[in-house]
Amino acid sequence: MIGLQHYLVVSAILFAIGVFIIATRRHGIMMLMGVELVLNSANLNLIAFSRYVETGVHGQVFAIFVIILAAAEAAVALAIILSIYQHLAKINLDEVHSMKE
Amino acid sequence: MFDFAFFLFAATTVASALFVAFTPNIVHAAFALVFTFGSLAGLYVLLGADFLAVTQVAIYVGAILVLMLFGIMYTHNIARVSGEQVMMQIGPGLVVAVLTLFVLTATVVSTHWPTKEITLPQPTVDRIGVLILTDYLLPFEIAGLLLLVALVGAAVITQASAGKKEAGES
Repeated sequence: MIGLQHYLVVSAILFAIGVFIIATRRHGIMMLMGVELVLNSANLNLIAFSRYVETGVHGQVFAIFVIILAAAEAAVALAIILSIYQHLAKINLDEVHSMKE
Repeated sequence: MFDFAFFLFAATTVASALFVAFTPNIVHAAFALVFTFGSLAGLYVLLGADFLAVTQVAIYVGAILVLMLFGIMYTHNIARVSGEQVMMQIGPGLVVAVLTLFVLTATVVSTHWPTKEITLPQPTVDRIGVLILTDYLLPFEIAGLLLLVALVGAAVITQASAGKKEAGES
């Protein structure tokens, strides 16, 4: 029988993979993908708790706000990455060490 | 059948996320992320969150991934990074990730969660709608304002850099 802990373990694996991507990748958009994975693992936690613990659908409402924040974050982060690429012609974030040309 | 569906979706999620973590090609990574988000939507369906599953497909697969692919295409020569440049600090990153996974899994397994009796899942759209317009009205408005600010901010950031480039060339 599948229980709450199965979902929490899947979410923990996703979180660890996201942290691994953020820690090892140098590419700006790849790091953004890692952040999205971490946010998704948090969402899976929220929805699993709203199903298996007596909370009603409040967890799902919270997950909606997480999705809204993820969308806004992706838009602004991509704009910044594209701006850095146009200014400095660099996409690997460890090579970007000045904030102007 | 339910168990089989859970393990199928969980395996697809984890496998495609691992592919994202280790593939050297960023376009392949973006398309593998489609499978991660899609099977996560399947897990949401298994959890009885119908509205969240549709939102996941519409926003993550439909909007955020398309945005990322556009970002990749606008910076076109970045898809061809050479092999050794792709990742760095694999050893420390692996240690941090495995330790995080170990601590989280140990906590999840050893904790006694106060679970309730599982009933048949009910439709959630009407309850979520009522909650958003009553208890969560202020966060909802703030989220709308945030989206507006993000929209204007993203436009201004790219506009400023494009205008500067034109001025530099002329």
